[in-house]
Parts: sequence; C-alpha cells; structure tokens
Amino acid sequence: MISLRGLTKEFPGGVRAVDALDLDIGDGEFFALLGPSGCGKTTLLRTIAGLETPTSGTVAIGGADVTRLPPGRRDVAMVFQDYALFPHMDVTANIAYPLRIRKVPRARREEKAAETAARLSLTELLARRPGQLSGGQQQRVALARAIACHPKVFLFDEPLSNLDARLRLEARTFLKRLQRELAVTTVFVTHDQGEALALADRIAVMSAGRITQLGTPAEVFRRPATTFVAGFIGSTPMNLLPGTAEGGRLHVAGAVLPLPSEVPDGPVVYGLRPEYADLSPSPPPFGDGDAFSGKVAVVENLGTAHLVTLECGDHLVQAVAPEGEEPALGALAWVVPRPGRALIYRDDALLTAA
Amino acid sequence: MTDARRAVGVIMRATFLAAVLGFFSLPLLWLASAPFDAHPTITASVPSLTLANFRSLLDNPYVLSSLRNSVIQAAASAALVVVLAALAAYALSRVRVPGRDALLYVLLLLSSVVTGTAAMVPLFELATRLNLIDTHLGVVLTLSGGLLPAAIFILKDFMDATPTSYEESARVFGASPLQILGHIVIPLVRPGLATIAVWAVANVWGSFLQPFILLRDPDKAPGSVILYTLYTEGGSPRLDLISTFSLLYSLPVVVMYVFVSRRYGFRFHGGIKR
Ligand SMILES: Nc1ncnc2c1ncn2[C@@H]1O[C@H](COP(=O)(O)OP(=O)(O)OP(=O)(O)O)[C@@H](O)[C@H]1O
Ligand SMILES: [Mg+2]
Repeated sequence: MISLRGLTKEFPGGVRAVDALDLDIGDGEFFALLGPSGCGKTTLLRTIAGLETPTSGTVAIGGADVTRLPPGRRDVAMVFQDYALFPHMDVTANIAYPLRIRKVPRARREEKAAETAARLSLTELLARRPGQLSGGQQQRVALARAIACHPKVFLFDEPLSNLDARLRLEARTFLKRLQRELAVTTVFVTHDQGEALALADRIAVMSAGRITQLGTPAEVFRRPATTFVAGFIGSTPMNLLPGTAEGGRLHVAGAVLPLPSEVPDGPVVYGLRPEYADLSPSPPPFGDGDAFSGKVAVVENLGTAHLVTLECGDHLVQAVAPEGEEPALGALAWVVPRPGRALIYRDDALLTAA
Repeated sequence: MTDARRAVGVIMRATFLAAVLGFFSLPLLWLASAPFDAHPTITASVPSLTLANFRSLLDNPYVLSSLRNSVIQAAASAALVVVLAALAAYALSRVRVPGRDALLYVLLLLSSVVTGTAAMVPLFELATRLNLIDTHLGVVLTLSGGLLPAAIFILKDFMDATPTSYEESARVFGASPLQILGHIVIPLVRPGLATIAVWAVANVWGSFLQPFILLRDPDKAPGSVILYTLYTEGGSPRLDLISTFSLLYSLPVVVMYVFVSRRYGFRFHGGIKR
C-alpha cells in the first residue's frame, strides 16, 4: 500500500533526518513510527504526505509512484501535532474544509460534516470556534476533518501527545476502534512506546533516520533487536548489564547464570525486564550464583506493584515485586531471572534468549 | 517631610502633564471651534456660533469635487497597496530567497526617497513620459509605490507570526496557493490588512506634494491641495474657510479609524494547541 524505497531526506546543513529507508506498509494497517525525539519521525511522515521533497528515493501509495506529486494529489489526510484547526472557521467549516476544496456544494458538505461530527460526538460543538474547545475536543475535530475527506491514508503526527494522561488513554482506545471501523491505512508517529504497543499492528522503531527494528508489538517487546530498542520499549526500563560468557556460563553483576551453548565466550550485554524477574527475600535453593543478590536501594510504587532497585556491586538491578511483597529499604534481597526471558546481546545485536 | 515632598512631586507632575496636554489640545480645540466662529483668528476662543462658514465653503466650486478626488485616490491607493503588499509579503514570508531581508531593508530605505521631495523631478519626468500627468492613476501609482515597502515589511511580520501548519494542513487537503491565501492566510492576517489599509488611506489623504505637482487641473485635485487655495485675492488666509474645510477634511479619517478598529480590531482565535 505504502512503499518507501531508499528514501533519504537531507536538510540544508547536512542533517540526514531520514537515511536510505525502505519500508512497506500494508493495506488497512495501523502502523506506528516510534523513536526518540529528533530521530526523523515527523520528517518521514511529512515526506509521505508530500510536504517535504525527498533528497533521493521514492514514495509509492497504492502502487502508484507519488514522489513528485504535490500533497493535495496523494489522497492522504494528515493530523498535525498542533492540530492546525483553522481558528477563524467554526467546527462545521473546519470539518467541511476538505470537501470545500473538492467543490462539494455547501448543503451537501455541511450535511457530511454533521454526520462525521456525530460519529465523533461533536454535534453540540458544531457552531464553536477552535479557540472555544478543550484539547480533547480539538483533537477529535482534527480527526473528523481528516475522516471527512475519505482518504486512502491517514497520517497522524503525535495525535495524543497534547492530551493529559487520563484523556490520552481514552483517546487511544477511541482511535483504535475508529481505525478498525474505517479500515484505512494509518501511519502514526509517537515517541511514547506504550502508545505504539497499544495501538499499532506493526511498529517501526527508528533512531537517527533509520529503522532499527520492524515488527509486531509482541515481537518488538519480547525480542528487541538491539540494546537501543530494548532500552526504549517497555514501561519500566530493561536491565542492561555488561557480562562475560565463559564456558557456557555467564558472569554478570556478581551472579553466575546458565547460558545456552551456542553463545561463544566473550563480552556480552545481559538484558532482563524487571517484570520478568522475581524478587525473593532468601537465596534460591540451588546455589547463590543463579540470582543477583544485593541491598534494596530504592522502592518505587507502580500502583499494582513495586519497582525495586538492588545494588549488586557496581551495578543496579531492577525487579518488579507484586503488591504487598515489597522488601524493606536496605534489606538483602535476591533477583531471580525467569528462564528463557533474558536476552543476550553482543556487539549490540541480539544473540539469543537465556 | 516625606509627605510634603511627595505632594510637591505630584503637583509638579500634574503641572507638567497639564502643560503638555494643553500644548497638544489647543490646535484641536481651535479646529473644533473655529469653523463655527463668524470671525476666527489664530487663537482659540469661545465662538459666536454660526454655520455660515460651512455655507460659504460649499460655495467654492472645488470643495466637494476635491473631497471626491481624495476618496478616489485614497481608496485606489489603499486597495493597490493592500493587494500587492499581501501577495509580496506572503511570498517573502514563506519562500526562502537568499538576501531576502537585505532586499526588504533596502526597499524600505529607498521608499522614503522614492516619493520624497528629492525624487519629485524624476517622478514628474516619468509621469510626463507615461502620460500620467493630470490623472488619478499617476497620483495613485506614485503614492502606492512609496507606501508599498513599509506595507510589505509590516505585513510580512504578521505573516511570519502565523504558524505554517495551517497552510500545510490546507495543502494536504489539496488547496491551491491562491485558495490557501484566500481561505487561510488573509482571514488570519486581517487585522494586519486593516492596519495597512487605514495607514495607506491616512497617508494618501494627507499627502500634498505629489498631487500638487502631478495634477494641473483643479478638478482633479484632492482636498489637501484645495486647502491651500483658500486664500483671499490679497494673499491672506481665509481662516474661516480653512478651519471649516480642515474639520470637514479630517472627519472621514477619524470615522474610518473608529470603524476599522471596531470591526477588525486585533483579534486572534487560537486553534493551535501549544
Ligand atoms: N526544516 C528543517 N531544517 C533543518 N533540519 C531539520 C528540519 N526539520 C527537522 N530537522 C532536523 O531533522 C531531524 C529530525 O527531525 P524530526 O522533526 O523529524 O524529528 P522527530 O523524530 O519528529 O522528533 P520529535 O519527536 O521531537 O518531534 C532533527 O535533527 C531536526 O533537527
Ligand atoms: Mg516530531
């Protein structure tokens, strides 16, 4: 549906915001571009929209090469991060604007605007100006305006980032349901990994203008391809500890752990999600070496659980303790990794799970 | 002690302000009272009320036509300045041209020369060759040319201040550049356009030298020129007529200021979430 080939955007001054990027997005897919600030997500989205001309490479939408087409002829609708609702038009005129450009008669387009507004529960607000709406309402008007023109592709630039935390969750569910119903190919940009995991059918994790990993939320969460992705994805940051593989055993942060036989000796990075580690107040029965032991340095309340930080020698190891089982500050505790849940990286590439 | 000093300070300040106020309000007072005075002098005094001055002013055959000429020249210049400045400012604000700012500053600098006294001879020469002497068009073009750089400069500021995401949003929906200008940019910078229009009208309304030189025929002369013909045969000013005409001539501009600031006062509705 959307195919990008060797897409490069270099800004004057030499910043490569998008760097030789290849990507295929399927029909009706809800696709997330995820990455830290400045990695080129917005630039990529704007290049798909046609607001930026690529330095090299091609953009195809629905099988047709649109690289040289102006934005208005690509049949895409974009929701900007600041929504960009026209301040001098009321909600009806805003929603109907794409139809006005297409010369739809006034009565017909107002009817259409009212229909779309009703779908997004905006009926009471039709006569208001954008300045008289709350952030959440503005966001829905911006969505309605994009929906009203029945595009082939939706492009959303951080559509939820201007909402407060509570509203963001509601809007997220709403957006997902809406996209399911409309079944329109959607590319959305976010720097919030939780949002990407929750909404997307597939995620592209970007860094420095390139795609570091492409996969379903489950794939990206379970098997992050690099330590960068590993550190970026997940509501609590993954433990990433330097270690050494030696004769089928892994020495890391004072613990000696079993290792799959295929890992050759040498330095590795050991990754373990705090959620995939169990905290115990006593050493595990089969020998001290199979767990990280240390003093409890920090206990953070996560609501239904606690994030506990242990000082294991020079390293900090985090684990999640269930409600009511959190250890006291300063107590000795052991972090036992669940088998098969830890990830072994060498030269910043995933080797295997352990 | 300190109380006394403060009181002295207050009195001094009030006296000073009163003097300044008097200095600026006396001419206005004169303008308000002299037209109704049967025998005005150059001092402001309580008039012996009469409307006779208005009647004798209207006896002058050029007075009414000069007002009409002023309206024609001011409206045409303002329209020309607003349209051209809006287009130029939009382009200059949105397109990255090398040396853009330098160009604007040079134009601004030259604009005071172009319509200034120094350029009157070449301008007259130019108008003669183009057959623009004794036409409204000649006056309109000359005055507009002088006003444009400053108008572009001011409007570009207004356009720079409106976020580009409105226009990009419209572009994605397929709007053409002229549609974007008409639907989005002009409504958003309307306070700026109103400012420019009022400023252009006021400028043309008060301009004397250019119409005086470019127009021979008193039938085409604007009010500012006719005002200078209100003398007796002996060469002394007819204060009764001058004051009456001055009042009549300044009223439309005052009314326009009030109307425009009511109608298009500086408003901005938001709609960009920050
Ligand atoms: N018009 C521009 N001119 C020059 N450099 C630019 C321009 N726009 C973006 N850049 C640069 O390109 C890089 C990518 O920017 P981009 O806006 O795509 O990042 P992003 O991933 O959307 O970040 P954020 O999450 O902060 O929005 C940045 O280094 C930025 O400084
Ligand atoms: Mg961005």
